[in-house]
Amino acid sequence: MANKTEITFTSESTAKIADLAKLKVEKKEENYLAKQFNQTLEVIDGLNKLNTQNIPETSQVTGLKNVFREDVVDKKRSLTQKEALSNSKKVHNGFFVVKAVFDSES
Amino acid sequence: MKTDLSLRKIIGLLQKGEVSALDLVKAYLEQIEAYNKKLNVYLSVNTKVLALAKTIHGKPDARYPLLGIPIAIKDIFLTKNLRTTAASLVLDDYIPAYSATVVTKLEEAGAIVLGKTNLDAWCHGSSTETSDYGPTKNPWNINHLPGGSSGGSAVAVATDLAPAAMGTETAGSVRGPAAWCGIVGLKPTYGRVSRYGVIAMGSSLDSPGPLTKTVEDAAIILNVIAGKDPNDATTSPTNFDDYTNELEKGVKDLKIGIARDYLLPNMDSKVKDLIISAAKLFEKLGAKVDLVKTLDPRFAISVYTVVQRSEVSSNLSRYDGIRYGRDRKYFGQEAKRRIMLGTFTLSTGYHDKYYKKAQKVRTLFIDDFNKVFKKYDLLIGPTMPGPAPKIGVTEGQAMFGEMADVLTEPTSISGLPGISVPCGFVDGLPIGLNIFGPQFSEGIILRTAYAYEQSTSWHKQKPVDFKKVIIL
Repeated sequence: MANKTEITFTSESTAKIADLAKLKVEKKEENYLAKQFNQTLEVIDGLNKLNTQNIPETSQVTGLKNVFREDVVDKKRSLTQKEALSNSKKVHNGFFVVKAVFDSES
Repeated sequence: MKTDLSLRKIIGLLQKGEVSALDLVKAYLEQIEAYNKKLNVYLSVNTKVLALAKTIHGKPDARYPLLGIPIAIKDIFLTKNLRTTAASLVLDDYIPAYSATVVTKLEEAGAIVLGKTNLDAWCHGSSTETSDYGPTKNPWNINHLPGGSSGGSAVAVATDLAPAAMGTETAGSVRGPAAWCGIVGLKPTYGRVSRYGVIAMGSSLDSPGPLTKTVEDAAIILNVIAGKDPNDATTSPTNFDDYTNELEKGVKDLKIGIARDYLLPNMDSKVKDLIISAAKLFEKLGAKVDLVKTLDPRFAISVYTVVQRSEVSSNLSRYDGIRYGRDRKYFGQEAKRRIMLGTFTLSTGYHDKYYKKAQKVRTLFIDDFNKVFKKYDLLIGPTMPGPAPKIGVTEGQAMFGEMADVLTEPTSISGLPGISVPCGFVDGLPIGLNIFGPQFSEGIILRTAYAYEQSTSWHKQKPVDFKKVIIL
């Protein structure tokens, strides 16, 4: 079901998406990925063959709505600080170490 | 101790005291030692498994229905203190601090986690080829794919490296590999089984389900894992009875539809013939069988691709390498492709065109099924359009999985349950019959699958190709 798409990916738009998704994509990968995204869009655009006027969007397939729980801490579900930190590569005084968010010079 | 027995038979032996949990674990470890390297089934074997088996006293009963039973778990379920990778190098050294609800329930029923099985990295695929640890091999012909994403679990059961295994299905990931490996795979209704502690792929689709040697075994496991979980708000409060009580009820009172549009125009006619033969058998067993028109399943490829990629981009944004795992540069090609396309379909300006449109067409599928299931109890069709293709076929194909799973995607996006049971062979490779029905119809699906299985002998055939010694 190949379809003509209105949108075409280029290496530039691929690089932009990679940046939004915080992924590192090599220059040589950009063209390859763009081509694959275009193939995928050709298939996806088949959706336009179906009329969905006045059709609501699905949000939850089994029809559940507003599932609440008591506002109390469930100790069984909580991790100890030691457990929570157990997989971190960099820990300092019981905290996760993260990279600086702002440039140090400004 | 033989390792080719069904769960039901093993439970019987344990109850009679003819084998112990330790005998079982030793036997499966031997089988793993003999074949795991060749087939690439387990990513981790539980080193504590012998010690655990030694602590088990008593026999399986109503309170502990799986006491002493070793079971394989797809490496997408968190297992406390046992490495869990999602078959991705991002989580290469991840040791979870808690277990998935499914794992906890199995352990509370007395089961022992034997090890963690291979999959497409993050469940992204239908071949097990996108695993960062290499593909699993199909035991019927080791040059072919086992299917995926629960490929390791399917092969573990098919080759007796485990009596039963847990998988997860987003669209076809339990039923597909079950079909290609010649075993039973059950995908429950969305929300029937908890997703808590299952590394998320498509949160509106993911459904954990068992891969087993027999239909009865699938019912036994579903009894243990089903039910509402306070840790997963999307689990359903819908009640259920013991699924094994349904099995003997037969199909005489049922109206079964052959999903006409699932016999695709370009499909191998030998696959179609097997489905028609199955339909005739149901008729012989007393069911009313008709050809039924449904919405073309090929539209589900588009819906599924958009919804799944969008949910993937959101779910995988949490992997930053700070609290656990490694940073985002370790994502493989397939994960990057999916995250990026999902980022695009959710981005400003394109959200309405893709995501909203897909969710509207999803409603069309749900409405169409609701209409069909007013007249019919169940539908049947092939699980996969053909037998397992050769290893390497997915290379460079951005949509391999979505195309391969065309016949399971409509049910997945609609939250429906389905089972794949062996229904014959094409070119020496197994084919699966997909039996699916309305939400929460697991009982009827299981008894229909059981009736089919008891009247055929496909499930008794075992792969031998993987046992051949290759002399280089």
